[in-house]
Amino acid sequence: SSSSSSDSDEESLSEGEMAALKEEVEEKKKLVATLRNKPWRMKRRLILLEAQEFIEKFEGALGKGKGKKLYAFKVMMTKKFIKFKRDFENFKTAFIPWEGKIKEVEHFGSSVASYFIFLRWMYGLNLVLFGFMFGLVVLPEILMGLPYGSIPRKTVPRQEQAKAMDFSVLFDFGGYCKYSFLFYGYYDHKRTIGVLQFRLPLSYLLVGVGIFGYSLMVVIRMARNSNEGGDGADEGEFTFSWKMFTSWDYLIGNPETADNKYASITTSFKESIVDEQENQKDENIHLRRFLRVLANVLILCSLGGSGYLIYFVVKRSQEFADMDNDELSWFEKNEVEFVMSLLGLVCPPLFETIAELEDYHPRIALKWQLGRIFALFLGNLYTFLFALFDEVNAKLESEKTIKNATEWALKEYRSNYSSYFNTTDVPPPDVHPADVIRGPCWETAVGIEFVKLIVSDIQVNYLTILIGDFLRAVIVRFLNYCWCWDLEAGFPSYGEFDISGNVLGLIFNQGMIMGAFYAPGLVGLNVLRLLCSMYYQCWAVMACNVPHERVFKASRSNNFYMGLLLLVLFLSLLPVVYTIMTLSPSFDCGPFGQEKMYDVVMETIEQDLPSFIGDIFGYATNPGLIMPAVLLMRLAIYYLNAVSKGYQQANIDLKKKMQTDEEKNRRNNTDSTNQVMKDLEDLLPDKSLILPPTAETKSPKMKPGAAANGKGVNLQKDVSLAASNPRGVVTRAPGPRSQPPGNARGPKPGQGRGRGGGRPPRQ
Amino acid sequence: MGTTASQLGKDLLSEYQELTFLTKQEILLAHKRFTELLTKDEKDLPNVRVPMEKILTLPELKSNPFRTRICQVFSTSIVKDGSLTFEDFLDLLSAFSDSATLEIKSHYAFRIFDFDDDGTLDCGDLEKLVNCLTGETEDTRLTPEEMRQLIHNILDESDIDKDGTVNLSEFQHVISRSPDFVSSFKIVL
Repeated sequence: SSSSSSDSDEESLSEGEMAALKEEVEEKKKLVATLRNKPWRMKRRLILLEAQEFIEKFEGALGKGKGKKLYAFKVMMTKKFIKFKRDFENFKTAFIPWEGKIKEVEHFGSSVASYFIFLRWMYGLNLVLFGFMFGLVVLPEILMGLPYGSIPRKTVPRQEQAKAMDFSVLFDFGGYCKYSFLFYGYYDHKRTIGVLQFRLPLSYLLVGVGIFGYSLMVVIRMARNSNEGGDGADEGEFTFSWKMFTSWDYLIGNPETADNKYASITTSFKESIVDEQENQKDENIHLRRFLRVLANVLILCSLGGSGYLIYFVVKRSQEFADMDNDELSWFEKNEVEFVMSLLGLVCPPLFETIAELEDYHPRIALKWQLGRIFALFLGNLYTFLFALFDEVNAKLESEKTIKNATEWALKEYRSNYSSYFNTTDVPPPDVHPADVIRGPCWETAVGIEFVKLIVSDIQVNYLTILIGDFLRAVIVRFLNYCWCWDLEAGFPSYGEFDISGNVLGLIFNQGMIMGAFYAPGLVGLNVLRLLCSMYYQCWAVMACNVPHERVFKASRSNNFYMGLLLLVLFLSLLPVVYTIMTLSPSFDCGPFGQEKMYDVVMETIEQDLPSFIGDIFGYATNPGLIMPAVLLMRLAIYYLNAVSKGYQQANIDLKKKMQTDEEKNRRNNTDSTNQVMKDLEDLLPDKSLILPPTAETKSPKMKPGAAANGKGVNLQKDVSLAASNPRGVVTRAPGPRSQPPGNARGPKPGQGRGRGGGRPPRQ
Repeated sequence: MGTTASQLGKDLLSEYQELTFLTKQEILLAHKRFTELLTKDEKDLPNVRVPMEKILTLPELKSNPFRTRICQVFSTSIVKDGSLTFEDFLDLLSAFSDSATLEIKSHYAFRIFDFDDDGTLDCGDLEKLVNCLTGETEDTRLTPEEMRQLIHNILDESDIDKDGTVNLSEFQHVISRSPDFVSSFKIVL
């Protein structure tokens, strides 16, 4: 059709025709661009693609006259650009790592795959963090700083040198590990290093803090993206409809998974039906309340118990540190990490069993469970940090004495030298770096503790998968032949993949990575760990796990996990920031030599940047300016909160309006029809048309506004209010539909439509 | 236009790319899987129609409770037997692909759930839908009581104009609020 209008002469186009033609071309272009968004079949779209030919034919013509060449050039470039974009998209998809693997796992169902997608995202995040840390801190120090063994902080002390290469020492991150670039103590506190005058201390501080900032920013952006869709609805708004329309996972390609899915859907249907009915029932409220209080008390006790256990174990480890290393068994040396990982393993199932007392709705129970696990993790982490803090203070004390001792020794040496040689020009003492008296360097100790914690976490995690999933699967499979009861169906059967537990594990792991400020190598370790996890867990899921019985919707709680990650990151940030601000760094190890760590920034501002920036900072940090700024932020938060509440209220009002409008419509129509019915009644001589109003559940209803004479009537109301039963008339309507009246299944729309034809006889 | 012998022509490929949500690799993979379903002599004919039974042997569709409906909805056959040509197959994959929009997915979901093809979801459609979801065996089905209660609840929630059926706009309204729909309404080869 479009090509027919193109018969007009191309050469002689007036201004008006040209404009019209241009418009048509633009329209066609828009159509072609949105072709794929329309639910049309391919044939129709292919025909419409002929419009493309029209465009091509006339785009050249349009450029006649002024600037024809430029126009044609522009058109060609646009086309090339679109093609390039498409090719680039195709190219990009080939580069997403592990896409094939995840698609394999997706056949298990989308919820398990969502965990791996989350893992991949974490891996990307950690890779970026590793890039920052490595490129801006580790690499400059290695390339441009002093090599190993040149200054005391980079050398293994003489007493430790005998054992520095032992595997057990290295495995504990002592020996050569401790005095390497992996830990804080290796870095030199010279203000600039190398030819490029790279400011290492400044870079160290900024990267250490910047890692946090970047993680927070990325998580917030992720949380904002996942907010779209399903944000306006409350939890319980469309439960049944969603269960019906969206519960099937079309990615399932495995018959076993499909069977499980059927079972879980049926269970969830039955549960919700029963739920609705049970909302009215009210059991013994006092017993329930008592049980819930009891459960909470028990859980608080266990949380307190775990906190105390950790504190106790850390104190014991300090005693062990004073004893000779050889007398301690491996268990005693790694007690702290061991206990923490065990607690993380044992407590969640314990909480779940206790929660049985509470008898909550499964969704609410899940929220409580997640909240408790979160409290457990936080409690453990902070107790660990407090216990560590005592240790740090002790180290600081001893450092003071050592510092005094060193200064005193130096003074003595100088006075001896000058008195012996009778000069004031004293060369520095000629002592081998390994023999210099060293301070305790608390930062490296803290870094080592974090690294050991994460390593033990990895070990426990992998061992659990190996034993809990793989060994269990092997035993169940092979012992089943000679065992009295069916191992596969009853206890212990195969393991399920615990999605929520694993996601939480990832989140808490990321929280602990924040100790990277004291151990720059930690981020690299984490990257390796995530890489191995990806392959290891993929294999474990495919080989040893069975599909879920109970469906866990990871996506609805997506925001919840992002919010949790944000909270965990923020809370792990606090201790590090606190130590930066308040504690003074060690005098003989690490990149900071000043009184406080952040003095580096002050120094840089004073010395390196132009003076007016220093003035600006001086003004900005004035308390007189900060207080109003804080006040302003509080006001902004309050205002935004009020606006958001206003929007929510408007939303609810609009919804109510929509519903009452519909009802009003119905009522209006009923009233008017009632009047008509009454008039008709009066006209009729006998009441033969009056049939007893039946209590049918559904009579054929008409869509409002669909009636030929504009009377959209809710016939159900008619039956009860009006005397005559119009249903008799409708079923005699001249229509091809052969539906019997009183169909228990409800109205077929065909009948409704037929009523338009059924009306006339009554008038 | 139709598929050429066993290789997909370059312009056809780029046209399909423009008209569907699939990438080049996905179209080529779809072509490969589709030609695997053809018999030896069928491979050379253009515009071949593959009967529904063969389509249902694909592992991605085999375990799906709506497989027959999917084939029927996407089929352009005159006799309405659910057979698919390659272009129908591409339409199917495009609607179920990762990058398809919510409108496309909800439109096709509505058509799939509309078992009697009358343009609305009434109680009969909903009942058939529930039976598909709860599996084929007798002991997993819902009792008539439960079924009635369930359908009543659903209509309560989604039927805005209270006419006893769910039409396309009501369906899309419910679906657009759901956070899981787009991610679960996916089929990938």
